[in-house]
Amino acid sequence: MILVNQFWNFFSSVKLAIFTLCSLAATSIIGTIIPQGEPAAFYVKNYGAKTAHFLQVLDIPEMYYSWWFLGLLGILSTNLIICSFDRFPSVWKIITTDNLGITPERVEKMSNFSKWEFGTNKLDKIDLAGMLKQGGWKATSRKLGDNELFFCEKGRWSRTGVYIVHLSILVIFVGAIIGHFFGFKGSVMIPEMRSAQKVFGYKNEGTLQLGFEIRCNTFTIEFYDNGMPKEYRSSLTVLEDGKEVLTKDIEVNTPLTYKGITFYQSSYQGYQDFLLNITDKSTGDSKIFTLPFQKQMTWDEKDLHFGIINAEAVGQRVVRSKVWFKAGENPASIEWLADNNQATFVSGAKEYTISAKQMYATGLQVAKDPGVWVVYIGCGIMLIGLYMAFFMSHQRIWLYKKNGSATPELWLSGSANKNKMGFSKGFLELKNRIEHAVQR
Amino acid sequence: MDSSQLLGITTFTYLFSTVLYIAVLVFKTPKLGIIATVFTALAWFVQTAGLVLRWIESYQLGIGHAPLTNMYESVVFFAWTIILLYLLIEWKFKTKIIGAFAVPFAFLAMAYASFSTDLNKAINPLVPALQSNWLIAHVVTCFVGYAAFAVAAALGIMYLLKNKSSGDDTSSSSISSRLPSPTVIDDIIHKTMVFGFIWLTGGIITGAIWANSAWGTYWSWDPKETWSLITWFFYAIILHARYTRGWSGTRIAFLAIFGFISVLFTYYGVNFLLSGLHSYGSS
Repeated sequence: MILVNQFWNFFSSVKLAIFTLCSLAATSIIGTIIPQGEPAAFYVKNYGAKTAHFLQVLDIPEMYYSWWFLGLLGILSTNLIICSFDRFPSVWKIITTDNLGITPERVEKMSNFSKWEFGTNKLDKIDLAGMLKQGGWKATSRKLGDNELFFCEKGRWSRTGVYIVHLSILVIFVGAIIGHFFGFKGSVMIPEMRSAQKVFGYKNEGTLQLGFEIRCNTFTIEFYDNGMPKEYRSSLTVLEDGKEVLTKDIEVNTPLTYKGITFYQSSYQGYQDFLLNITDKSTGDSKIFTLPFQKQMTWDEKDLHFGIINAEAVGQRVVRSKVWFKAGENPASIEWLADNNQATFVSGAKEYTISAKQMYATGLQVAKDPGVWVVYIGCGIMLIGLYMAFFMSHQRIWLYKKNGSATPELWLSGSANKNKMGFSKGFLELKNRIEHAVQR
Repeated sequence: MDSSQLLGITTFTYLFSTVLYIAVLVFKTPKLGIIATVFTALAWFVQTAGLVLRWIESYQLGIGHAPLTNMYESVVFFAWTIILLYLLIEWKFKTKIIGAFAVPFAFLAMAYASFSTDLNKAINPLVPALQSNWLIAHVVTCFVGYAAFAVAAALGIMYLLKNKSSGDDTSSSSISSRLPSPTVIDDIIHKTMVFGFIWLTGGIITGAIWANSAWGTYWSWDPKETWSLITWFFYAIILHARYTRGWSGTRIAFLAIFGFISVLFTYYGVNFLLSGLHSYGSS
């Protein structure tokens, strides 16, 4: 029993909370200075074998997921829970207490006490409840013999604000834990026209099956005039059993979500191959070919021969390509095409539209995180709790009408648990209002 | 007239306001106080116009975006928020003396933005990662928080000055006597810090939501994120120390100053000293 008590006292103390927060803040700095998640060789190279070994022992390369950092977060959570259980009952008592159940003599002993005396029974003519209402206070009252006690309060629930903030931190942790156990993070590189059914997990989980197929239809980059990237866009299609179910263009800030799995545009890779889209204008037939650089290909049914015989690139990015095209026995034609642009090739009586573009693979970040909404709800609760805890206060006012004695009296007192300066102002206003009514 | 001229005027007017507020502190001239306030408000309006004009100019360049996207723009916005908050405090608490401590912060920020050669002042288009509706929400929430912490630090310096000179109340009491009472300064420090804490919380949350919609992870322990959390812990500790252990006065004043150093590191130090995802602000 003593042990339980000691445990309870230890984990309910604010000292522990301050100590844990200080430790978390101080140790967090380490991971901002020493790069995280690098391969072991990186640390040996930069810090020497001895220091690197030391870092590995303390899990510094993955410190935010290390046993000791998670341990600190665990202590913080335990502290939050136990300290809330420890203190909440008394707060709950204040919130739910019968404020009219007090003995009137206590009003006299409270802060901000004022008293008015009346020679006559003028007191009965004053509408006390109405006066409180004019001052913005909704009163409840109870008759105590000839006397009457009035009580008004504001912001009763603000007392729970701090516990709501503590709860919100736990909710966020729960969300993070759900994400850790029921979600995954990975990545996949999909060349245009190809599809993927699995992705590569970041942790040790290896490859992960999506349960459906995702295809990259096209990938395009746009640039500003000054050469800065303007937009990375992938057209993605989700396939179930080979059937298309969803097609969407994604960009960096607009991902695609299907069955709880979200695909984010994160990188790309340029290939030396080209995608050639040929349309026979007379029939409307159209086909896309993946074409290696400087290799001839044919569309047998149409007796078409074509190839990319030259290309111009800025860095790894092809700006324009030279298309060689021959239909049947007609003479071949050659034309420069800007990347992703089309041109019409006339061959005998037939016309063909051809567009050529460099082939890319889109790099997708893939994430499933069923805990993310829990985290967001936690964040929302935190903001509400902080507002309640800091910007609202519990204000209480008692007004006692004492008729019993020879000289009727009126007692007023009130207090607030926070922002006492702000309360005094409102209280003074009420006092003046009563003063005014009394003297009339 | 273009935005850089307006922002240049702002810099000099904030300097002038600083001088005026210090004059109010040194000489007993209440009239000067009104002039100082008017000048500061005027400079703030000029700066607002400068920011709006810069926003318009970005649209004229065909790359329209809010002027909140690199270090230069953020420093200008930081100064703007400090002055806005300061003027609100002056109006709410009816004291002009704080200006001598808070306005210099805004002036220093503007001077750094205007004269530093490290900062790129050109209006640049947005890289894909920054093209999001969360940009404005994230930057504004963070900087309201940062500005509040800057004002809290200014008040902390003021408190320490007041406290130091109140020991020997014969000699330097002339200036010190014009400062608000320690209890009042302490109360304003606390309120400003609480205000900043809520906005910082909002800034971290909007940042997390944005990161999740751009990268698929709301928290990746990137140095910027981690430092914002360290700062958050720091102010959480101060608030707990105040509420549960009754800390106030000198200790809180010191902590307000240290807290702001942590803010500065989160805002500025991380971009230049550490590497990470959040590198938009470093040019």
